[in-house]
Amino acid sequence: MISLSHYLVLGAILFSLSIAGIFLNRKNVIILLMSIELMLLAVNMNFVAFSHFSGDLAGQVFVFFILTVAAAEAAIGLAILTLLFRNRQTINVQDLDEMKG
Amino acid sequence: MNFEAFLFYFFSVILVGAAVAMITVRNPVHAALFLVLTFFTSAALWIMLEAEFLGIVLVLVYVGAVMVLFLFVVMMLDINLARMREGFIRFLPVGIVVAVAMVSVMTLVIVRHFHMEAPERAGADYNNTEALGQILYTEYVYPFEIAAVILLVAIVAAIALTLRRRPGTKAIDPAQQVRITRKGRVRMVDMKSEDKS
Repeated sequence: MISLSHYLVLGAILFSLSIAGIFLNRKNVIILLMSIELMLLAVNMNFVAFSHFSGDLAGQVFVFFILTVAAAEAAIGLAILTLLFRNRQTINVQDLDEMKG
Repeated sequence: MNFEAFLFYFFSVILVGAAVAMITVRNPVHAALFLVLTFFTSAALWIMLEAEFLGIVLVLVYVGAVMVLFLFVVMMLDINLARMREGFIRFLPVGIVVAVAMVSVMTLVIVRHFHMEAPERAGADYNNTEALGQILYTEYVYPFEIAAVILLVAIVAAIALTLRRRPGTKAIDPAQQVRITRKGRVRMVDMKSEDKS
């Protein structure tokens, strides 16, 4: 039978894969944003699994709010990205060193 | 292995495979499409977990709106792919080591401490959307309104960031066009008629 730990391990694998994605594609801002979306998906997977196995709908409500915030984040992130490309003609993280941080 | 386990492993394998493909493919368009595949399979898994509303919302909102936005942006930008891949091979071992370490630590904790057996399946008359709506509009109505405000702020921010006024275009401000009066356009001239010869 599929138990809670199956879903939690799946979420852990997804989360680690997205962290590996951030390591591997650390120059491409678009892939970085996609990796963050994947990370949020892994967290949501855990929420839904806990909600089902403990019989409490609050977990699904939290997933609802996470989806809202993630959509807002993606919209603003992509707007910043297009602005960046319009002004600098690049989205390479290495080239964005104007503030010398 | 019963049918539920078969479905779980089937979707999980596709999900993990698509996630691996997303972080390793060269073309960002393909990466976005693989991310769409991960969202689809996750939606299937959530529906298996009796979260039907969220599964459908994931497909509608994420695949239908957010990923289309991603695809638009990826296709709009003209990216130098070769430069983007610099450092991929160099950071591959680090990424694999970090991922494997995190998975093993989390799996160790999860397998040792989280043992919950599956509850009884809800009956055929159970409505997930209705139950979620009941709790969302009563107990969580205040967070719900905050979420609405967050979306509004995101709309305003995205438009304000990307709005630009290009100099040199012949576009006319509509407010100025409306505000014009007869005096600004027509000038009456009083003059005597002239002799034709």
